[in-house]
Amino acid sequence: MLSDITLGQYYPGNSVIHHLDPRTKILGTLLFIIAIFMATNTAGYIFLCVFVMAVILASRLPVGMVFRSLKPLAFIIILTMALHFFMGEGEQVLFEWKFLRITQEGLAMGIKMSLRLVLLLLISSVLTFTTSPIVLTDGIESLLNPFKRIGVPAHELAMMMTIALRFIPTLIEETDRIIKAQTARGADFSSGNLLQKAKNMLPVLIPLFISAFRRADELAIAMEARCYRGGEGRTRMHELAYTKVDVGAFVLIVVVMAIMAALRWWPL
Amino acid sequence: MSIRLEHVDFIYMQGTPYEKQALSDVSLTINKGEFVAVIGHTGSGKSTMVQHLNGLLQPSKGKVFIEDVDLAGKAPNIKACKQKVGMVFQYPEHQIFAETVFEDIAFGPRNKGMSEAEVEQQVHEAMDFVGLDYETYAKRSPFQLSGGQMRRVAIAGVVAMKPDYLILDEPSAGLDPGAKEAIFERIMKLYQARKIAIILVTHSMEEAARYANRILVLSKSRILMDGTPREIFLHHRDELRQASLDIPQTVQLVELLRQGGLKLPEGLLTEPAVVAAIKKVRGLH
Ligand SMILES: Nc1ncnc2c1ncn2[C@@H]1O[C@H](COP(=O)(O)OP(=O)(O)O)[C@@H](O)[C@H]1O
Ligand SMILES: [Mg+2]
Repeated sequence: MLSDITLGQYYPGNSVIHHLDPRTKILGTLLFIIAIFMATNTAGYIFLCVFVMAVILASRLPVGMVFRSLKPLAFIIILTMALHFFMGEGEQVLFEWKFLRITQEGLAMGIKMSLRLVLLLLISSVLTFTTSPIVLTDGIESLLNPFKRIGVPAHELAMMMTIALRFIPTLIEETDRIIKAQTARGADFSSGNLLQKAKNMLPVLIPLFISAFRRADELAIAMEARCYRGGEGRTRMHELAYTKVDVGAFVLIVVVMAIMAALRWWPL
Repeated sequence: MSIRLEHVDFIYMQGTPYEKQALSDVSLTINKGEFVAVIGHTGSGKSTMVQHLNGLLQPSKGKVFIEDVDLAGKAPNIKACKQKVGMVFQYPEHQIFAETVFEDIAFGPRNKGMSEAEVEQQVHEAMDFVGLDYETYAKRSPFQLSGGQMRRVAIAGVVAMKPDYLILDEPSAGLDPGAKEAIFERIMKLYQARKIAIILVTHSMEEAARYANRILVLSKSRILMDGTPREIFLHHRDELRQASLDIPQTVQLVELLRQGGLKLPEGLLTEPAVVAAIKKVRGLH
């Protein structure tokens, strides 16, 4: 069923990670991604894995669920690994058959590259699992604020994202209802060739677009009726504020980066 | 000739933190020829329950039978069975998509495999039933009609499939009193002419008392009561209160008038009956 899709995959909880300021989490994730790309040797990768595992445990999310978020990109991860395995240059040939050649260097490179992807995906999943979409956009708006001077419409971008996010569940619900209604009238969405299938979707798409436009109209009127006029001079109900825990998190991520730098330039 | 639910449980978004049990151990049989009103507080599971009656939702636990065919089974005629049950959703006008009223109403009958001649006849009949003149409206765009007319088009789209069971989920929501009255008049006419089963989900005790011959009361995902309007509205007021419902205003009015000394007979339920009784004791005509 459509409504089984969880929005932005937010998983409510009460952990330290959930309570961090969204800006801390966004910046921390960006810094950690830099740290991932500083890794060159085994010690570095092991350290990164341990750190990511520790973050997942600290967030008290179901571990299986976090790992399942890799599934949509499993193909890319495996492709990356396979490409390095078979294309990698190297001296120590492990296996050779016609034009296929697997070298030790290629093998190592494949594992490292796909590990980087996995770590990157895991850490960004933790970000989206522990931060509700609305809070996330608040964080993004606040981080973009300094760029207003060079013409980045931070508030408008954030408002657009908030509205879009707000309406995703509504539209999913609406789609679900329309599909059910047309199914009850004998509509068939699964048979026929591609063109036929696309045509069969019309009884769903047309009402859906009509209702989306109607909602957009109503929302615009409702916002104007409440004197909305953009971000100028606007205050907010929930002010973002850094706490001691956020400072701790920043210190931690800097330490992680320092360790990664140390492991890179002065390997054990 | 019946639809049967056996110990049906239904859980929305099972296995997520948003899990929600919407039906618990619901068993019931609806026979052809019955007019069943389903009442209950918002969120009590009415819409969820009626969506099980034609297989739009599959129970998390339990079984659904239409004319003794198990919808979860492998019988070849499951699809045909499901199509015996017509379903008018809340705000059905939101599902209209075709360029003309005719095309929209013809969608269901065509999917059911009727011949073009039969389709035309069914569309014609269905439009008559909902009170839309064929010559005037068939070629119009449905999007230029008023809200009440659009709803009638949508209801006609289901009626044209000639269902043996017709489910209506709050068909009068958001309509003015005149349009409400008109819709129910049409539904009653359809019910009497075709001897089908009507399953009406409603918030209005007055509607339930006036039109139905059987009432199902849902509360917190369970069936709280199942009986005739008379039993339920005249003898189970306290249970209704517990389910955040109340008896129809007509019954309350009769009670107050009797307390005030007016000699009205007992057991008055529907609006026309109450009006007639008051006129009679006051010697009016
Ligand atoms: N698509 C859905 N996803 C999740 N929960 C739902 C969905 N539809 C209904 N519910 C929940 O199931 C319960 C029963 O809903 P519903 O059957 O629509 O009640 P009613 O029609 O009596 O108002 C409600 O608590 C509602 O929030
Ligand atoms: Mg409902």
